[in-house]
Amino acid sequence: MGAVDLDQCDSDFAKELAQQPEAEKISACFGCRTCIAGCPMSAVNDTFNPARIIRMALYGMKEEILESPFIWLCTSCYTCQERCPQGVRITDFMTLLKNMAVKEGHEPSGIKAQMSLTKGQGRIYPLDDFDNKKRKKAGLPPLPTTCDVIRDLFPDQI
Amino acid sequence: MKYALFLGCTIPARARNYELSARRVAEKTGVELVDPEDFICCGFPTKAGDMDASLLMAAYNLALARKRNLDVCALCSSCTSALSEAAHHLSENEEDLATVNERLSAVGLQYEGSPKIRHFARVLFEEVGVEEIQKHFEKDLNGLNIATHYGCHYLKPSEIHDGFDDPENPKSLETLVALTGATIIDYPGKKTCCGGPVLPVDEKTAMRVTKGKLDNLKTAGADALCLVCPFCSVMYDGNQKSIEGEYETEYKIPVLYLTQILGMAMGFDRKALGLNMNVVKTKDLLKPYF
Repeated sequence: MGAVDLDQCDSDFAKELAQQPEAEKISACFGCRTCIAGCPMSAVNDTFNPARIIRMALYGMKEEILESPFIWLCTSCYTCQERCPQGVRITDFMTLLKNMAVKEGHEPSGIKAQMSLTKGQGRIYPLDDFDNKKRKKAGLPPLPTTCDVIRDLFPDQI
Repeated sequence: MKYALFLGCTIPARARNYELSARRVAEKTGVELVDPEDFICCGFPTKAGDMDASLLMAAYNLALARKRNLDVCALCSSCTSALSEAAHHLSENEEDLATVNERLSAVGLQYEGSPKIRHFARVLFEEVGVEEIQKHFEKDLNGLNIATHYGCHYLKPSEIHDGFDDPENPKSLETLVALTGATIIDYPGKKTCCGGPVLPVDEKTAMRVTKGKLDNLKTAGADALCLVCPFCSVMYDGNQKSIEGEYETEYKIPVLYLTQILGMAMGFDRKALGLNMNVVKTKDLLKPYF
C-alpha cells in the first residue's frame, strides 16, 4: 500500500461506523498491536492486520477496506477481542466490515455460496436420502431432507 | 438432565462418528437428548455476510426449543457460540428483537427469551461431573499421549459462555481426558484456531494455520489430538492428508472427538464410537485398548 491520500478518503466513514455497536469503540485503539500478536491469521499471512484495518477505517479509507480481500481473512476466533486492552470489539468489527462489503457487492464466491445454501435450504450441507441411508447404517435416526420453514423465514431468497 | 440435541449442519453430513459417540456417552451418563427434527442452521456460516439473517436463524432455533420447554445442547462449538451470541444480542437490543419477532411470526413463533444453551463438553464438565463420568469407566487409557484442541467458539467470546472455563488458560478438556488415564501432552499454540472459517475464502492461508498446529503436535510427541468441534475436525482430520501432500511432510496424527475418548474408557467398541469413520486411521494406535 502506498501513501495515504486523505483527499481521497471518505471523511464520513468513521462517523458512519461510530453509529454501529460493533465499531463504536474503534477510536479508542492506541495501536499497541496486541491484536496482531495473538492473531493466527496475521501469523501466516501478513496482509491481514487488524490494527491497520482499524487505522484505515478511522482515516476513512472505506473503498480500500470494503473492496479488499484481506477483511475476509479474519477467522472470527475472538482472540484479539478477548485481549484488546481498550475493549475494542475487533472481531465483531471485522464481521461488520464483511457485512458492509457484501452490501456493496464485494462478496467472495465462497461466502455467496454459503449464504445461498443456508438461506435457501436451511443447511450448509443439505441432506439427501443417501445421507439418511448412511445414518441408518450407523444406527442414527433419520433427518429431514427438505426444509419448508426456510422459505417462510427468507421469502425473498427464492 | 434433558436437552434438545442441536446437531447443526456439519455433524449429520460429515461427523457421524462424533454424533454416534456423543449419543453413547450421553446415554451412559444420564443426559437425555431429544431430537427435534425442525432445527435449521445455527446461523454461524451466514454471519460474515449477513448478520441479520444469522440472527434470525439462531432466534428461530431458540424460539422453537423454548416453545417445547427444552434447553439446547450442541456438539459443535460454532453452533453453541452462534446461538449464545444471538441470545446475548437479543437480550440487549430491543429494536432487533422486534424485527426478529416480526419475521418469526411468519412461521408461528415468537422469541420470548432464550433456553439454556450448552456445549456437550460443558454439560459433561459442569453438570454430569467427573465423579459420575468416572463411575462408568471400564478401561484405563494409560499409555496414550493425547493433546487437546479447544478451538475458538467453545470458549470465546467469553462474555457469552459465563466464564465456565478460562479462554487464556483452559482446563475443562484436559480434566476430562485425564480421567481416562491418558497422558496430556502440552504443546505451543494450544489455543490457536484451526483456520476453518477462512477455508471458503482462502484455502491456502486456512491450511497454513492448520499446518502450524500439526507441526507443533508432531514435535511435542502427541499420539492423537482431542477436539470438540466438527469443523476443527474437518481441518485436522479431513484435511491432514492434503496438507501432508502439499508440504511433503508426514503427520499421521489421529484426531479423536472427546466423546470417542471417553467412550473408549467406558468400554464401547470401535464401531459404536464410529472410530472406523475417522479419516486418519486410528486402528494401530488404539489396538491395545480394544
